[in-house]
Amino acid sequence: PQVHSLQELRRSASLATKVFVQRDYSDGTTCQFQTKFPPELESRIERQLFEETVKTLNGFYAEAEKIGGSSYLEGCLACATAYFIFLCMETHYEKVLKKISKYIQEQNEKVYAPRGLLLTDPLERGMRVIEISIYEDRCSSGSSSSGSSSSSSSGGG
Amino acid sequence: MSVMVARKKVVRKWEKLPGRNTFCCDGRIMMARQKGIFYLTLFLILGTCALFFTFECRYLAVQLSPAIPVFAAVLFLFAMATLLRTSFSDPGVIPRALPDEAAFIEMEIEATNGTVPQGQRPPPRIKNFQINNQIVKLKYCYTCKIFRPPRASHCSICDNCVERFDHHCPWVGNCVGKRNYRYFYLFILSLSLLTIYIFTFDIVYVALKSLKIGFLNTLKETPGTVLEVLICFFTLWSVVGLTGFHTFLVALNQTTNEDIKGSWTGKNRVQNPYSHGNMVKNCCEVLCGPLPPSVLDRRGILQQEENAAQEETCTRGPSAQEPTAAQGPGGQAEESSTQQDGSLPHQSAVPVPSLSNAEMPEKKQLTTGELPALSQDAGQAEH
Repeated sequence: PQVHSLQELRRSASLATKVFVQRDYSDGTTCQFQTKFPPELESRIERQLFEETVKTLNGFYAEAEKIGGSSYLEGCLACATAYFIFLCMETHYEKVLKKISKYIQEQNEKVYAPRGLLLTDPLERGMRVIEISIYEDRCSSGSSSSGSSSSSSSGGG
Repeated sequence: MSVMVARKKVVRKWEKLPGRNTFCCDGRIMMARQKGIFYLTLFLILGTCALFFTFECRYLAVQLSPAIPVFAAVLFLFAMATLLRTSFSDPGVIPRALPDEAAFIEMEIEATNGTVPQGQRPPPRIKNFQINNQIVKLKYCYTCKIFRPPRASHCSICDNCVERFDHHCPWVGNCVGKRNYRYFYLFILSLSLLTIYIFTFDIVYVALKSLKIGFLNTLKETPGTVLEVLICFFTLWSVVGLTGFHTFLVALNQTTNEDIKGSWTGKNRVQNPYSHGNMVKNCCEVLCGPLPPSVLDRRGILQQEENAAQEETCTRGPSAQEPTAAQGPGGQAEESSTQQDGSLPHQSAVPVPSLSNAEMPEKKQLTTGELPALSQDAGQAEH
C-alpha cells in the first residue's frame, strides 16, 4: 500500500524543483552531509524530520568509513589473498551502502512521499549531494517555492 | 526522437561516460586512453621473469633450493595481480554533475558572487571550509561542474575529477587515486622486491656457475642473464626509489599531487590536516582502510528511448576486479546485486516508476510529457 502512493506520486505529480544537500567537509574527506535545512523545504516538511534523516545517513556513512580493528582485518586479509577475495566477498562498505539504500527507501515511503518529496540515494549522484525532488502539491497549486530551477527535467511541460 | 523498436543490443552506461577513458570487457575494465607504456611494463615484467624461470631457476633449484623459484613465483604473481588491479580499476572518479545539480550550484555561486558580464572570464570559484581547525579551500571544477572535495583533483589526461588524486601513471596506464592507491603501492613494493630478488639470484647464479665453467662460458650459455641484469639494474634505481618516496608519502598521509604543489610544507602553510600524526596509523589507514566502491555504474544499462512500454532493468555485472555501485548519469539506475538472489529495490528521484525486479508485475506506462524530457537529460549529461 505504501509503495502505491510512491508510484502514484511519480505518475501523476509533476516535478516542481530539486534541492541539493551538499557535503559537509568540516570533518575531513569522510562522507557527511550538511544538516542545514534548505529553505525550499520550509513549507513541505518539518525541520526535525529532515535533520533526523540526514543525521542518520551521516551515521551510516561514518560506520562505513570507520577505521578500526575490523576494517584493518578486512584490508589485511584482502591483501594476503592479493585481493582475489573481493571476487566472492562483499566489503563492509558495500554492506553499509545496502543498508543505506533500504533506509532511504523506507524514509521515502513513510515520510517523504506523503509530503510530495523524494530522496535520491547519494550513491546515484556520485556521493556529492542528497537530491530531494519536490513535487507540486496537488492540493494547492503553485505552492512550491521560489521558481523552478532551470532544470531541463521539469516534467509535464 | 524517432520511434524505436526494442533493440537487441543493450547500451551500458560506460559507453556514454564522459572523460577520456577506455573501457574493456563490457565495462568491467577501465583504463586511460594511452596504454602503450602499460604494455611496455607488462612486457618487461613478463619477459624478465620468463627468462629467469627458464634459465636461472633450473640451475638454482637444483644447486641451492627449490624454494627459490617458488618464492619468485609468489612475488611475480602478487606483482601482476596488483598491477592489473591498479590498471583496471576505477581510481575514484567523481561523476560529473547532472544539469539540475550544476544549475543549482551556479545559482548559489551567483548569489554569493554576483553575476559576471558576458565575455569576462569568471573568477576562480573557491569555497572555504574548515577542517580540523584549519581552513581548506574547495575549488570549483569547470569541466565537471562540481566543487571538488578536498584532496581531489582533475586529471587532464583522463579528463576526470579523481578523489584523493595522487598522479597519473603512464606505466600502469591509469590514474592513481583513492581507490587504487594501495594496489599501486603494493605493486611498486612487490616489484621492487621482485627486482632485487631476480638481481641477487642472477648474480648468485653467475657466481656459482663461473666457478665451474668460467665467467664467459656462463654468459655464453645463458645470454638472457645479461639482459635480465641490465633490466633489473635500471629498474632498481627507479622503482626502489619510487617505493621509498611513496612509503614516505604513506607515512605522512600525503599525495604526490600535494607534495609537488607543496600544499603542506613551507612556512605560512597549514599542516596536513589528514595526517593522524602517527606513522603507523597513517600507514594503516592508507593501506588497510575501508575501500569505497566505485560510484560509476559502468555496467548499468542505460535507459533505452522507446515509445512503447518502458522496461527498466539494471544489472550489476559480475565485475571481476570491481564491485561497482549504482550511479545514474541519466538518473535511472537501480541497484541490484547479482551476488545475492533478490535485488534491492531502489527508488530514483526522477518521476519514472523505478521498479525492482522482484515487484514488477508488468511494464509501466509513462506519461509522454516526462519521458522525452528525461531522455534529453540523459543526453545532455553525457555529451
